[in-house]
Amino acid sequence: MSVAASQAPETPAKSRRGFEIPPVAEKLIIPLVIAVIAILMPFFTDNQSFIQQCAVAVAYVVMALGLNIVVGFAGLLDLGYVAFFAIGAYCVGWFASGYWAYANNEKGIHLLVGGFIAEREGIHFNFLLVLIIAVIATALAGMIIGLPTLRLRGDYIAIVTLAFGEIIGRLAVNLDSVNIGNTAITAGRQGISPVDRIDLPFLNPFTGLNLKPWYWFALCLLGLVLFVNFRLRDSRMGRAWIALREDEVAAVAMGVPAVKTKLMAYASGASFGGISGAFLASLLNTVNADQFQFSFSILVLAMIILGGLGSIWGVVLGAVTLSILNNYLIPDVINTVPADLGLSFDMTQITFAVYGFLLVIMMILRPQGLLPERRHKMELAEHADTSDETLYTARA
Amino acid sequence: MEAASIPAGPRASERVRALIGTYGLMAVLLLLPVIFAIQDVRDDGNLTRLAQNVVAGISNGAIWALVAIGYTLVYGIIELINFAHGEVFMIGSFITASLVGTLGLTIGSSTVAIFSGLVVTLIVAMLGSGVLNVLIEKVAYRPLRSAPKLAPLITAVGMSFILQNVGLLWKGGNQQGVPDLVDAQHTLFTIFGVTIENADALSILVTIPLLLLMTNFINRSRLGKAMRATAQDPEAARLMGINVDTTISLTFLLGGMLAGAAGLIYAMYQTTVWYFQGFTGGLIAFTAAVMGGIGNLRGAVLGGVIIGFIQQMSDNRIGSEWTPAIVFGYLVLIMVFKPSGLLGEQTRDAG
Repeated sequence: MSVAASQAPETPAKSRRGFEIPPVAEKLIIPLVIAVIAILMPFFTDNQSFIQQCAVAVAYVVMALGLNIVVGFAGLLDLGYVAFFAIGAYCVGWFASGYWAYANNEKGIHLLVGGFIAEREGIHFNFLLVLIIAVIATALAGMIIGLPTLRLRGDYIAIVTLAFGEIIGRLAVNLDSVNIGNTAITAGRQGISPVDRIDLPFLNPFTGLNLKPWYWFALCLLGLVLFVNFRLRDSRMGRAWIALREDEVAAVAMGVPAVKTKLMAYASGASFGGISGAFLASLLNTVNADQFQFSFSILVLAMIILGGLGSIWGVVLGAVTLSILNNYLIPDVINTVPADLGLSFDMTQITFAVYGFLLVIMMILRPQGLLPERRHKMELAEHADTSDETLYTARA
Repeated sequence: MEAASIPAGPRASERVRALIGTYGLMAVLLLLPVIFAIQDVRDDGNLTRLAQNVVAGISNGAIWALVAIGYTLVYGIIELINFAHGEVFMIGSFITASLVGTLGLTIGSSTVAIFSGLVVTLIVAMLGSGVLNVLIEKVAYRPLRSAPKLAPLITAVGMSFILQNVGLLWKGGNQQGVPDLVDAQHTLFTIFGVTIENADALSILVTIPLLLLMTNFINRSRLGKAMRATAQDPEAARLMGINVDTTISLTFLLGGMLAGAAGLIYAMYQTTVWYFQGFTGGLIAFTAAVMGGIGNLRGAVLGGVIIGFIQQMSDNRIGSEWTPAIVFGYLVLIMVFKPSGLLGEQTRDAG
């Protein structure tokens, strides 16, 4: 026993090349520097559209972190993540706008809102309350979506979640023709607009003219979500997720409760999507059924694949990169490149081919992502070694 | 005598669960037809409208059956949902639409010209889609065969998006009309008040010979035997001297060819093609494959017909904007009640 233990450290992994970042820097200094830059950024610019893009990018990071819990940690491929965006957004549309104009005899229902909004018709809740509603609603929806997939494994989960995402998208479009009272349940493609702006206690209400508070609010959400993400990953639940991802049979044999663990993954992943969806709805000032398409799920998936499945900082990097690509590079910088080459289309038309290409290339060339999670990297390397032995690793 | 006393039989709760598994799905499937049958008898006094739905459902379902077989074949052999399969079907339709234009076929052409033109188009569409499917496998799935299962699934989604955008650039973002060569809406004959249209006849006439050819090929030929062996156990098949790579390519070729044929029928049936048809069509066909039991050829055909029927009922009575939601709802219900499908055996993944 002791012999084996003393021999074990003699074969260290010396294959790491290049300079190594000291762990203190990796854990503390780099995130701190990035955080300070992110917080101070609005002081150096007054370009409102730039700040709006940054706020959207931060919201995307929150969403990607949520999907990362389901796909990266628990290994359940969720292709219907847009459903939670939709539910979060409709929470804002329903509970914080003038949409239900006939509610309470056209006097409106108000909860913890002040200023001119307290006089308006419709249902107006404080944004923080709406966030809580969105978290509860999406967590429930996540569990409902998770339930039928519990008995399934692998790719069936992908299809069922995709089907759910499509059903929610269809409902958002079609419930335009179904009324409660005098108002359609969703406004379909017209969209619910305007919706209430964020109004926090002790602060002036946010406006569409100055977007800096929105950006800082998004950063606060991101900080909260990052904290929860790290704590969850290192918790008992997080380790159970990773165990299930690595080998479900072995994990269950070791006493990991599969049902509870998977449902928790769906619920917590979904609630992040709901938070982000509610914020985006309020920021963009509209809840429109056209936003909730399958391609959005793929955009978020591409973010976590690019950054590295299961790696929290990787997902942040991937989400920021793709947000820049999606909102700035493709529409503004390289949009006319095909036209300049004599081809008759714009880059924006084939945006999703770019993401599809990214998915394929990443999976083939660097499946661990840009900033890989250590464990996942090892898993992939191990599979590569045994490839000759097992032609198909599919069998358990 | 002694042996009879040993098994006590499963417990009551397990038996109930097994019963739900067996009959729950059937009950769910019968729900809509029964409701609409009662409604028809009450309103019209006969079942003509439902029978009309059945006929349209079968001819429509034939298309989904052809696509579903592609899913089932590939899933049977490498346990991968070929997400890009719906797009292969779409490309089949696009090849048809383009070739019909190139050959100069119009409604006014003579019957012989239309017939021979369609045969040529069918062959080209099948070959094009088949080769495309093989290429997809070579590029996106083969390098990842030893990777974790999530990896090829993600590349499959990526390929699907790439092909969708290829379609978008090829024919533009709007639905494109195809010359109505077979005069799709023309009534061929009427039985008991149910009209059979040209389109129904075309879809049956193309589908049934293809299905017979396919089952014969898989059951009788040497390559078919190799396919079945690889599906059962790739390693053992390799040890027996079967070239697994070739066999997998062949499977993708066959699946793609059927999808190409389905694409032609779809183009003639609907007389429009659209770059997005592959996405919804692929999902509908996948639902059909799962309903019949994935990995099971007969199941795919059965599932295709059932889904076609559901789709027609929904289009006809509930509204076509709800059809995708209803079909996907059925997909979820199948997963709840019987993930192994109507005819399927227990697969490793959906046990």
